[in-house]
This record gives sequence, C-alpha cells and structure tokens, in this order.
Amino acid sequence: MSSMKIFDIAGSGMNAQSLRLNLVASNMANVDAVSSSVDETYRSRQPVFRAVLDQLNSRGAADGVRMVGVVESQAPLVSEYQPDHPMADDAGYIYRPNVNMVEEMANMISASRAYQNNVQVINAARQMMTAVINLGR
Amino acid sequence: MKLDDAFSLYEHTVKLRARRAEVLAANMANADTPGYRARDFDFRQVLERQTPQVAPVRLVSTHAAHLDGGRELVSPAQLKYRIPQQPTLDGNTVEVEVEQAQFSKNAMAYQASLRFLDGRIKSLKSAISGE
Repeated sequence: MSSMKIFDIAGSGMNAQSLRLNLVASNMANVDAVSSSVDETYRSRQPVFRAVLDQLNSRGAADGVRMVGVVESQAPLVSEYQPDHPMADDAGYIYRPNVNMVEEMANMISASRAYQNNVQVINAARQMMTAVINLGR
Repeated sequence: MKLDDAFSLYEHTVKLRARRAEVLAANMANADTPGYRARDFDFRQVLERQTPQVAPVRLVSTHAAHLDGGRELVSPAQLKYRIPQQPTLDGNTVEVEVEQAQFSKNAMAYQASLRFLDGRIKSLKSAISGE
C-alpha cells in the first residue's frame, strides 16, 4: 500500500544508519588491536550507501536507501618500533589499525543524528495516519 | 451534488501531500548517500494538473499483462532537483534542515486538508440525519 511506503523509506534510512553505527563501534573497539604483520592488521571500515530507485521508473523519487557494501580504508597503517611487545615481528615492529578516533566520533554523531531524523519522520507519518483513521468520527 | 465532487479536491490534495511526504522522507533517508540529489515537486503545479477540470493523461491497458501506468501520481518530469545552498564534496544535495522544515510544513498541510475533509463529511452526515 502506497501510504505505508513512507514507513519503509524511513525504516531503510534507520537501518542504513544503524549499520553505519555498528561499523563505527567496530572501528572504535578495534582501535588498539595491534598485530605483527601489515596484512593481518585491522583496517577502518566504512559503509557505502546507495539510493534505492524504483525498478520500473528509475527517474522518479528514491524509495529509500541501502548499504551496498563495506570498504576498508586505504590510509597507511601506523607502524611502531616496540621490540619488547609480544606481537612484535622479527624486525621489532608492531602495526596499529588506521582507525582515526576523531573521525569515528564525528561519524558516530552524524549517524545518530541521521537516525533520529528518520525516527522523527516515522513519528510524523504515524500522526498523519492516525488522523486518517479518525476521519469522520 | 455528486458525492465525488464533494470530496474530490480534498482527495487529490491528501494523496499528493502523502506523496510529497514520501519524496521528502526519501531525501532524508539518503542524507548521507554520496551523489544523491534531493528531489521535490511544485505542489500547486502538480495539483492543478490533477484536478478534474483538466483530465490527467493516463495510459490505457489493453492487455491483461499491461502494467498499470495510471497509478503514478507525480511524473518524473514534475519531480525537480533541489538547488543546495551549500554544495558538498560528495555531490549530495540533501540539506536535512531544509527537508525537515518542508516535511513538517507538508505534514501540517496534510492535517489541515484532512480537517477540511472531516468537516465536509460531518456536514454531509448532519444533512443526512437531518438534525
């Protein structure tokens, strides 16, 4: 039913933003996950959003948003010379993830604000629907 | 007075307001989608097209397998792109504040139209019951 589409649209927005929040949480949790090789080190993960378009009518308005994938940040890893560290490699280096805490914090605020926006939309839509139900009483 | 005439304007208004709410909700859902361009339509212009005096152009289905083309309330040509006040690096033109303001304005207008429709129903009801 078309009048209920607005709930799906805002729901897809909430879904996408909560996935983004999950990734932020994962990045923050792994900020100190050091490792002994470049390949094994955790890399900051970022979501890729895409607008969902109507399949029959791709020039029309979007039907919501979808997370199409997760990309790993290509920023250089931080290598540290710590020969005493248990994870140090043969040359005495450890590798830290390329997670930028400041960026992640900003990301988190942006995601939670966007999430709240979508909740507001659902609340407003619910009020609109309630008014329809009470019509003519 | 035909019953259709009594309600048709409000019917179109409410439908169109609901559609606009969907478009604006889609904009807000895509507030962080790179390259997404915010859409909106001119309410008055689209409503004038919808009102019965000017019959809207509809597709005729002459076969059972034909898709219902008449269901589309707002054509893609009527859906315009919003011009952002501050362009962003990723090409996204959604400004959440603008969308938020338009959305609440639209919701208010929707409620107002419903109130008018409600009044029309009530007056017809009182005419029927003869009170």
